[in-house]
Amino acid sequence: MSDTHAQTVPFVRDTMLPPATPPAAQSGAVLWLRTNLFSGPVNTVLTLLGLAIVWFLVSHFWDWFAHSVWNAGSLSECRQIIAETWGEGARGACWAVIRERWNQYVYGFYPVELYWRPTMAFGLLFVALVPVLFSESIRIRRIVLGLTIVLTLWLMAALGAPAAWLAFAAVVLIGALAISERNVAWLLVFSILYPLMGVWFLWGGSAWGPVMVLVGPILGWLAWRLLGRLSGLVATVAALIVPLVWWIGFAGGAARDAENLVSLAIPAVASDRFGGFLLSITIGIAGIAMSLPLGIVLALARRSDMFLVKSLAVIFIEFIRGVPLIALLFVASLLLNYFLPPGTTFDIILRVIIMVTLFSAAYMAEVIRGGLAALPKGQYEAADSLGLDYWKAQRLIVLPQALKISIPGIVSTFIGMFKDTTLVTFVGLYDPLKSMSDAVRASTSWKGIYWEPYIFVGFIFFLICFGMSRYSMYLERRLARDHR
Amino acid sequence: MTDLSVPASPPFRPSMLIYDRRYRSLTFQVIVFILVMALAWWLINNTIQNLAALGKDFDFGFLWSRAGYDIPQTPIPYSSDDTHLRAALVGLLNTLIVSILGCIAATFVGVVAGVARLSNNWLIARLMTVYVEAFRNVPLLLWILIVFAIFTEIMPAPNAFRGDNPSASMILFDNVALTNRYTAIPTLGMTNDPGSLDLGARITISWATLAFVVVLAAGWIARRMIATWAQQVQDRTGSRPTTWWASLAVMTVPSLLLIWYFGLHLIAPELRGFNFTGGLNVQNGLVALWLALTLYTGAFIAEIVRAGILAISRGQSEAAFALGLRPGRTMNLVILPQALRVIIPPLISQYLNLTKNSSLAIAVGYMDLKGTLGGTTLNQTGRELESIVLMMGVYLVLSLTISAGMNVFNARVKLKER
Repeated sequence: MSDTHAQTVPFVRDTMLPPATPPAAQSGAVLWLRTNLFSGPVNTVLTLLGLAIVWFLVSHFWDWFAHSVWNAGSLSECRQIIAETWGEGARGACWAVIRERWNQYVYGFYPVELYWRPTMAFGLLFVALVPVLFSESIRIRRIVLGLTIVLTLWLMAALGAPAAWLAFAAVVLIGALAISERNVAWLLVFSILYPLMGVWFLWGGSAWGPVMVLVGPILGWLAWRLLGRLSGLVATVAALIVPLVWWIGFAGGAARDAENLVSLAIPAVASDRFGGFLLSITIGIAGIAMSLPLGIVLALARRSDMFLVKSLAVIFIEFIRGVPLIALLFVASLLLNYFLPPGTTFDIILRVIIMVTLFSAAYMAEVIRGGLAALPKGQYEAADSLGLDYWKAQRLIVLPQALKISIPGIVSTFIGMFKDTTLVTFVGLYDPLKSMSDAVRASTSWKGIYWEPYIFVGFIFFLICFGMSRYSMYLERRLARDHR
Repeated sequence: MTDLSVPASPPFRPSMLIYDRRYRSLTFQVIVFILVMALAWWLINNTIQNLAALGKDFDFGFLWSRAGYDIPQTPIPYSSDDTHLRAALVGLLNTLIVSILGCIAATFVGVVAGVARLSNNWLIARLMTVYVEAFRNVPLLLWILIVFAIFTEIMPAPNAFRGDNPSASMILFDNVALTNRYTAIPTLGMTNDPGSLDLGARITISWATLAFVVVLAAGWIARRMIATWAQQVQDRTGSRPTTWWASLAVMTVPSLLLIWYFGLHLIAPELRGFNFTGGLNVQNGLVALWLALTLYTGAFIAEIVRAGILAISRGQSEAAFALGLRPGRTMNLVILPQALRVIIPPLISQYLNLTKNSSLAIAVGYMDLKGTLGGTTLNQTGRELESIVLMMGVYLVLSLTISAGMNVFNARVKLKER
């Protein structure tokens, strides 16, 4: 039967055919288009809708961006240039306003001859941040510090910094690079000293003020060491009380006396000269640095067994979270004077920083509480079974894990806080977004310019906030200990 | 024999207050209590001294004096002859209006964007990513100012709509006019107006509104009863009766009857003289604030929705399909109940954030609670302490109410652990 079939077949192929290329619809760009854009009627409609949106945006804004003018002295001059170059009726962006008001956007009303001081403070900020943010990768540290050294020194020189300060910055920056090559943890000393240094660079005045503030903890430490032999309790109480007594009672007088003896003053800059991104970043950094520790304390207090401590934490957190930040800022600007002893005045920026810190600390506490709750109970029990006391258990076992879990939340709280620094405009400070743009528009040459300042400021905020969220993703990957 | 009796506890010594764990927390709490009381006393004492030095007192009586300022947009009748209290009430209602509208719209935008970001359509997913990142990483104030500037700078003046060949035209079938001063939208008119219920203090609610509320609530309850009945039939016989038409009918037919009875119709705004009349002229501050709040909060909600959907493992929908559930029921019975558990708690805090962020209304001149009580009233009467304390109290009550309400809802959808 089968023989007949075999004998009737006239031809049997004895070589393989060369492999055919896949059909055009099943490979390359066509396949990609079909699976990703046109996989069905719904998807096709969506794609067309998306294309329509993109087309709408591009057709409306492309001309405007393409006709950008970077060099002009006023809005009318801008419009004239646009009309001359691209014909009557053409629309174009006038970025010249950013070029002309750049310094104002960055430094606010800071004295021009002192621009180098915030610049130096900003450069040294990276030295302080390096051991905290990039402790694990020497390559990233080299890049960050290298860029910081070059940019800071170049900008300081360009802004006319005195040679002595240039040398100081060079020594600190290059020294930091050298230390970071040996052991980056030593740089943490600089990170701890930086806040006082930064405040001095920004506001100026006598260096003895920050120094005398620093003396407080040193005295506390001395008291702790001296009294430690008598009794641990007395030593701890003394270590807490001695700095307080020093700061409240003696630091101010000591700073004045020392200043009279040996003057270490640099020109002081009042708070109302601050503005623009200098103000936003100052408030933002201070708030971030202080709200994290406060948030941790509040979160631990809220999970405490002690009824009173827990209730106080709950009341504080829920109160702050239930009230808009604007209301708290108004408390800072209008009411704080009522709550302090008669005759006390203190700096509006400091007041705002305190309120912003309290505000984000409450949110931070909730984020960290989530992290603490997400930690398996076994971790707490393991810490107890090892015989660790409360603080050791928190410090060595609980918090490192809980904070790691809450990194995304912590960073989004930071981002939220940094964005909220723009609200200081409502208490009369010159934030870059509203007050500064209003100030720019108030001049006759830039009257009526809306979009360029907003887009510029929004772009800078986007860069910083987006950078922070990318850093948090990097940190999550770096700290991931599972699925290695 | 070993001694099994409980050893007598050692006599109390003062040092045990610190070194004995039984007393230490008590000691610590007493210290905290004393410190907090001292702080409170210090603050209150300072306040009293400061108020005395300024010749002021702490008195809410100013709320009953004449306000003397106008509010552009008032949901209840208000004139400058009314009291500060009524101005604050108008502000509170304005806050509530923009918050509620914002919450509804932001939820819609957020759900659409969150689902679209997970779409397998490359273009749509990318567009939504751009939207979410752009709005999440830029201050809300910027969006409010930009949207407001778009309205005030780009939109035509009302008289551009005039004439046979106007330079501007109304949108949505000649129902909405976007102008640089206000947005004219249609209002509802009734040919058979049943009058209004007077709640006192010149606050009225139309009987028609009440009728709709009652009818909708009754329809909702009837729908629930039909569903319960269907469930009982299913439990008894194994087959579920078709109920969708009955549910649809009890939800819609009474309302349609009411619409017919009251003769409800839209009154489109018309240009008369220099302004639009007939419809409702919504202040651009409200529209800009509402749009910006919606888009900003929508971006956050989109991320929450996306995270909620991603949190449900694929096995759940596969298991539902394996059981033979249709996609709609899979979504209703399997995916959504689980995703909602993840979505609701952060959603609550977004609603709270939106409500609090509505206080940015002062940037666009919309008179909300911050603008009336914490703004003009404060400046006119000079009573910072009372105004701000009252304003914070109202916001606090508002926030706590929202979070309490949503927590009840959350308790209903969350995983019932045994």
